[in-house]
Order: sequence, then C-alpha cells, then structure tokens
Amino acid sequence: MSDTQTNSIAFVRETQLPQMDPPPGETGAIKWVRENLFSGAFNTIMTLLGVYVIYSLLVGVFPWFYNGVWTASDVRECRELIQDTGGGCFAVVAERWQQLLFGFQYPSDQYWRPTLAFVLLFVAAAPVLFSHLPRKMLIFTGAYPFLAFWLIWGGSILSPVSAALGLIVAYLVFVRIEKYSSSGAAFAGLVGAVITWTITGFITDALSGVLALEPVASRDMGGFMLNMILGTICVSLSLPIGIMLALGRQSHLPIIKWMCVVFIEFVRGVPLITLLFVANVVLAYFFPPGTALDLILRVIIMITLFSSAYIAEVIRGALAALPRGQYEAADSLGLDYAQSMRLIILPQALKISIPGIVNVAVGLFKDTTLVSVISMFDLVGMIRGPILSSTDWAGVYWELWAFAALLFFVVCYGISQYSQWLERKLQTGHR
Amino acid sequence: MTTLSDPPQQGSFKISMLINDTRYRSYTFQALALALLILAAGYLGSNLAQNLRDAGLNISYEFLGYPAGYDINQRPIEYNSQSTHMRASIVGALNTLIVAFLACVSATVIGVVAGVLRLSDNWIVGRLMSLYVEAFRNVPVLIWIIIIFTITANVFPQPSAFRGDEPTASMLFGSFAFTNRGVFTPAPVFGPGGWVVAVVFLASIASIFWWRGHVKKVLYDTGRILPTFLPSLAFFFIPSIIAYFVMGRPITMEYPELKGFNFSGGLNIRGSLIALWFALAIYTGAFIAENVRAGILSVSKGQTEAAAALGLRPGRIMNLVILPQALRVIIPPLISQYLNITKNSSLAIAVGYMDLTGTLGGITLNQTGRAIESVLLLMSFYLFFSLSIAAIMNVYNNKMKLKER
Repeated sequence: MSDTQTNSIAFVRETQLPQMDPPPGETGAIKWVRENLFSGAFNTIMTLLGVYVIYSLLVGVFPWFYNGVWTASDVRECRELIQDTGGGCFAVVAERWQQLLFGFQYPSDQYWRPTLAFVLLFVAAAPVLFSHLPRKMLIFTGAYPFLAFWLIWGGSILSPVSAALGLIVAYLVFVRIEKYSSSGAAFAGLVGAVITWTITGFITDALSGVLALEPVASRDMGGFMLNMILGTICVSLSLPIGIMLALGRQSHLPIIKWMCVVFIEFVRGVPLITLLFVANVVLAYFFPPGTALDLILRVIIMITLFSSAYIAEVIRGALAALPRGQYEAADSLGLDYAQSMRLIILPQALKISIPGIVNVAVGLFKDTTLVSVISMFDLVGMIRGPILSSTDWAGVYWELWAFAALLFFVVCYGISQYSQWLERKLQTGHR
Repeated sequence: MTTLSDPPQQGSFKISMLINDTRYRSYTFQALALALLILAAGYLGSNLAQNLRDAGLNISYEFLGYPAGYDINQRPIEYNSQSTHMRASIVGALNTLIVAFLACVSATVIGVVAGVLRLSDNWIVGRLMSLYVEAFRNVPVLIWIIIIFTITANVFPQPSAFRGDEPTASMLFGSFAFTNRGVFTPAPVFGPGGWVVAVVFLASIASIFWWRGHVKKVLYDTGRILPTFLPSLAFFFIPSIIAYFVMGRPITMEYPELKGFNFSGGLNIRGSLIALWFALAIYTGAFIAENVRAGILSVSKGQTEAAAALGLRPGRIMNLVILPQALRVIIPPLISQYLNITKNSSLAIAVGYMDLTGTLGGITLNQTGRAIESVLLLMSFYLFFSLSIAAIMNVYNNKMKLKER
C-alpha cells in the first residue's frame, strides 16, 4: 500500500517552506484598530462618538489652559490680558494659592511648618502602607502624631512629648502585667498614663518656653490643610474605635452587642451634615458649663464617630469572612478572648479589610469639604467665602473650582490606586 | 463557647470568681458596660439640664406650631409664609424625597450605561468611561454640586435675553427655556375627566406587568414563547390614547411665556434643584457603574458558554442567565447607593435648595434657636428613611439569596 503510494508521487519537497507574512489587515496596528474600534456598525458609531467627545473636550479645555493668564493682580487686569482668546484666569490661583492651601489666617512666615508636617506624613505612612520597608520606621510613625501636632499648632514641644510619655508608660505597664490578666493590665496601664500626665503636667506648665514654636489657634487653620488635618486625624482615630465597635458587634454578650449595633446603625443612618450641625450647635450643651471646646475639636469628635461606624462595618465584614476554623483553633489553643483576637483573628481580618478601610478613608476625606457648610474655611469654604466674594476675584469660578477638583483628584486617585495595587498583591497570596 | 469551659465547682461563691470564672465574667463585663453607659448618659444629661437652665431654655416642640414666616420657592403642597414650621418641615421633607427620587432614577440609568460601556470591546469608549468614573469618584460631591450650580447661574442666559425682535437666546423646541432662574418646561394641566386618562394609563402599565408574568407562565408550562415587546408597546399607548380622545382631550399643556422680567406659566425647575439632581446623579452614577461592572464580571464565563451550548440566543443568555446572577451582586450595593443619594441630598443647603436640611435644619433652626429639637427631628427623619429602606433590602436579600442545602 505504502509502496505504491511512494512510487506514484512525482515530487517531494525536501525543505519546509518559509512562513508567509500574515495579510496586512491581520497584524499590528491595523488589526488592533479593526478589532477594537471598527468591528461592526454599532462599534464604529460608538468609536466615532467617542472621538467626537474627546475632540470637544480638547477644544474646550486646551485654549482655556493654553491661553491662560498666570500673572495679574485682579480679575479686571486678567480680562484685559485675556481679550478674546478664551483663556482662563489662572492668576487667581497664582495669587491666592497660599490662602487656598493654608487658609487666610495662618501666619504666612510659618507655612514651612504644615508643609514639613505634610512631607513627614508620607515618611510616617510609608511603613504602614508598604510592608517591605524596614520595621524600624514604625517608631517614627508612632512619634508622628505628636510631632505633627507640635508643628501645626505650635507651642512648647513639652506638651506633645508628655502626652507621648504617658502612652509609653501605659504600654510598658500593660506589657509587664499582661501575663497575669489582660483586663487588669489595661486598667493598670490607664492608671499609669494618668499618673504620668499629672506629673508631666506640672513640668510643662513650668517650662512652657522650651523649644516653643509660635502657637496658632485652631480657628486659624483653613484651606486644603484643614481638609488634610481633618481627614488624617479622623481616619487614624476612628481605626481603633472602629475595631472595638466591630468586635463588640460580633460579641456574644448581648448588652455590649446591642450598644454597638445601635450606635453603628444610628450613625450610618444619618447624613454627615446633621452630625456637623450637632458639632456646631448642639454638642456644646453636653459639656460641663463653662467649658468652651474649639469648633475644630467638636468637628473632629463628630467626624471620628461618623467614620468609626463605617470602618466598624468594613471590619465586621472581614471578621465574618474569616473561616470559622480560625476562631475554633484559637479557642482550642487555650487562648483567652483578648489573646485570640490580638494574635489570631485581628491580624488576618485587618489584612483583608485594608481595601475597604482605604475606601472609607477616601470617602471621608472627600466629605471633609462639608465643614464649609458650618462656616469653616476649608478649601471649598475658602473659595466660596473670602476669595469669590472679594472684589479682586469675584466671578473667577472655573479656575478655582478646577484647582480644588484637581487637588482632591490627585489625593483620592492616588489613594485608590494604592488600594487597587494592594488588592492585587493580597490576591496573589491566596491563589 | 468559652463560657462553658470551666467545670462547675462545688462550694461557696467567691467574689474573685466574678473576674476569674468565665461563667460569671461575661455578666461582670456587661454590668460594667451598662453602668458606664448609664453613668455617661447621666453625666451628659445633667450637663444638658444645667446648660439649658443657665440659658433659660427648655426642650419643647411647641415652635412647630408657630408661623414660619419665610418663603419656600419650591412647594409641592400648599404653603405660604404664614404656615407653621411643621408645614415648612413637611414641604422640606417632600423636596428631599423629590430630589432623591429624581437622582436615584437618573443615577441608575447613567450608572448602568457607563458600567456596561466600560466593559465594551471598544477601546476608546472603555477608556472614556474609565475617565468618567475616576474623575467623578475622586472629587467631592459638594464641589460637583457647586460647579453645576455655577453653570446654571452663570452660563444660562437671563430671561431678558429671550425678549425682543432679535433675542440672543431662544427656547428649545419653542417650549423649553434654560435661564439663570431655572429651566422652564411645559406643564400638564388636568381638565375635568383628566383623572380617567391617568387611571387608564396606570392600569395599562399594570397590565404590561401582568402580560409579562403570563408570558413567563406559558413559557414555563408549555415551552411556547409568546411575544412581549409589541403587546407591551400596544398596552402602553393604545388605551391611554383612546381614553384621551374619548374624554375630549382633558389634559392640555401649559407653555411657559415671557411676561415682564421672567417667564410665567409652565413648570419652573430651579437651578438649585437641577444642580443637586445632576450632581448627585452623575457622582453616584460613577459608583453605580463600578457596582454594575463588578456584578457582570462576577458571573463566570462558563455560565455564558454553558448557556450558549444549550442553544440560547445572546439576548436570552443575558436575560435568563447572566442578569439574574449579576443582579444578586449588584442590588445590595445599589440600594446603599440610593441611601447615599438620600443622605447626600442634604448638601442642598450649600446651593439653597429648600429640602428638609434647608428648612428644618436651616431657617427654622436659626429663627427659633431650637437647635436640639430641630437637629433631633432632622436626624430622626433620615434615620427612619434609612432604616425602612434597609429593612426592605433585607427582605429582598433573603428572597434573592442562593438557596443552599
């Protein structure tokens, strides 16, 4: 059979033919364009529409930006310079950027202080955000809140140092006694802190001039700085409160559970703005007569409560997502509740809840603009109040709002990109 | 669990067991927590009483019955400046519900379209939608509200621009006027017998749902596929049109006309409502787009392939296989976005839209000085609203939950 066939073939090619190039329409850019942009009638229409949208965006924005005026002393001079070119009056940003960033009452020769605090924020946050950095940097993270307080509010360095000292004493006492009883240790730590604060209180009063920066009152804070201050302080304060609320909500003790549930559902059910009204007009009634708390402090209290409820829900989700076996394994090792939470459950739960917490943080940071409604001069408040109502810059809306939107976009987009990066990184660990 | 780990001991009860014995410890902690709570509440309450006494105030809701004395520019119900604060609050609450409803509907439409388009094969459209989502999600909604309000107040022409032989602005289709005092649109006027047409229209919508249910039943019982689209269309238009002409055209349109310095007649949608509505819709639409995208991506590709292997057409694959599974993922975050819209609508106060926060939490609070009462009422309204929607959502979730055995 095979013999006859071999004989019947007149020609056998001995070498393989070189591969031919694919047809020009099936490779490279043309293929990509055809498949992604013009694969059908509907798709072609969509592409053309998309191109038109991009074109009109560019036509609208490009001359506005390109012909923009960056140096002028007021809006009239600006309009003269622009003529009919359709450019924007960015001079308002160039002229008032300090007010936009720091508010209009922060002493201008002290701008380096919030700036330095802002730069150091990245150093402090880095070891928390990126786990491959040296763990020693966490020491700086711990010291940062006190340093930032000293830099921004000024005054003697002794008061933040004594506050830190009290916490350190509390921690040392806690670690000593913890092996006997964790609740007893917590109580002893508290006592230790209070004693330390009382003692250092006398010293700080006596030496109030040591390493003192010019003090700045809370009501002088403003601009984007105020948004940053509120955002960072409230998120960091609400983390521990949120963790405790989440644990309380998952707890088997009915009274504690219901206290947490009521608090969380109440806070999540009302708009932030009503809580800010509480901070503005109601909260003062609940303090002992004669105490006058700063508005900024009252706002921090309310925003912290607000975000802790949301963070509690995120962490509760993470706690519920952990496999049951983790809880049982912790119990079977003979760990008590505090130990099992601290050593087994929370490290895992917090790890998987980081993206959710970051989302809450971004949302909260955006919500800090609401303080402009209760007449605080944050970035939005600065624009609506002192700048747009001044005779120099009345009517320059778009440039200012674009600047504000850009600032928020940069920060929030940056944080959400980090969160997505982290999510990808954590996912590979589980697959 | 741990409460049962200590064996019951014979002998007397010792005080130390309250801390060390796991059976009693939970009671100790709870009693402690309760005592702390009562103590804190008592402390705050006594401060409150003391402060109120010092200021010569008391807690009373009588002010709700006093005349409000201020005007509200958007009144869904009868209201004038002599009406009570109570009525002003109700008008405000209705305005909240109006803007929340409008924004929820528009945000859903925008979000679904953007979410589906973001998954499209078309590269340019996909990128554009990502741009939209990222740009709107990462900028505070308050800034968007103010930007859109600035557009309505500064870009739209004044009513006087529509006047004269050569007006600089003209009405869209001769009936829509975009001015810096709001958008004027034609308004329907119900003559005698108009309600019959409205009832017929509602009944025909109900019958569309009935028809769709019937089609499904026939499909499951016999396997026959009845048409749905054309009958629905017929149900929608024919009875209402017949009723309209039979009743002698009772519903007419009232068109806005330029009188004096402003338009009159028709429906005036204020710039503040437009700003709030559009800003909330576009902002929340970006979030909904992400939820929709996540929902569609959560249905594994195998489902589509399996449905195709069964011989289903693409439209039916979407309707019968993908959507029911995707909706299970999409609906819960969608509902919480609706709640967010309702809560964010309180930002109305920034652009002067008279919602509940603007009336009860704004002018009423400032006029009467009843801060505690006003804020408490304000919070209870939002809380009641949120909790009722959350309750409905729980019922829905339980219904849609995967039935596991």
